[in-house]
Amino acid sequence: MNILLVDDSKVMRNIQKKALAALGDVTFAEAGDGVEALAVIAQNPGGFSLMLVDWNMPNMNGLQLISTIRETDKKTLLIMVTTEAEKERVLEALRAGANNYMIKPFTPDALVEKVRGTLAKLRAA
Amino acid sequence: MSTTVTKAQIDARLIMPFVNSTRNVLQTMLGLATTIDRPRIKSVPAPEYDYSAIIGFSGQIVGVVVVSFRRETAIKMVNAFAGDEVEPDSSDFSDAIGELANMIAGAAKKDLGGVASISVPTVILGKGHIVARPSDIPCMVIPCKTEAGEFAVEISIKQA
Repeated sequence: MNILLVDDSKVMRNIQKKALAALGDVTFAEAGDGVEALAVIAQNPGGFSLMLVDWNMPNMNGLQLISTIRETDKKTLLIMVTTEAEKERVLEALRAGANNYMIKPFTPDALVEKVRGTLAKLRAA
Repeated sequence: MSTTVTKAQIDARLIMPFVNSTRNVLQTMLGLATTIDRPRIKSVPAPEYDYSAIIGFSGQIVGVVVVSFRRETAIKMVNAFAGDEVEPDSSDFSDAIGELANMIAGAAKKDLGGVASISVPTVILGKGHIVARPSDIPCMVIPCKTEAGEFAVEISIKQA
């Protein structure tokens, strides 16, 4: 599984990597904001199985990134991972095309469960 | 529309979300229990800390929230957060401090009673710094204690 981690905090990306190593055969790519993420996506024609996307980032935020991705890609799993916890924000992200939503702070187990749950929902659909 | 906010309203409405978010973030991400001391009004902009992370609020809640640490506490907390030793004063170090403040402010935001956005964090590294705040908003200090040491969450926010 090839996962793209998009967060302006390198420490947070490392925490996510360590947690998601529990999934098994996983490789990671990283980006510090939405602009960088689009460049990484363009450089990976094979695509990603999953992207974890932070909301508040410089240059291009996570909501803008998800909207841009969904203009051409309806399939890649996108999970918003953010401190934005208001119901309206969650709905906004889901309407923009996020498949699921993870609120910070989170334990490593909770993140892994969220990813597994999202993958399982996709398989069941 | 601005409303006059009394000290009592600040204490009741704006402090508890940050008390709860601080405890939750430190327990969940660092495995640290946090004891909260009595909040107080900050009367002078005294330089007390070595590192500060500043988060701006805009929208229906405006102002700034500052999370400040002494060096020894910051080192212990950053290492606990990262799960590894992080070089003090490096970019990864300031990134970690900023992300902790981001989560404390972000987790509190939903319980503040208004729609607001928070800025990406700005981190100041340096002993003896003073953070200037909006002059029309009282600054409430929440003193926090953990096994890693003491730190403070300072709140200068109001409903717009």
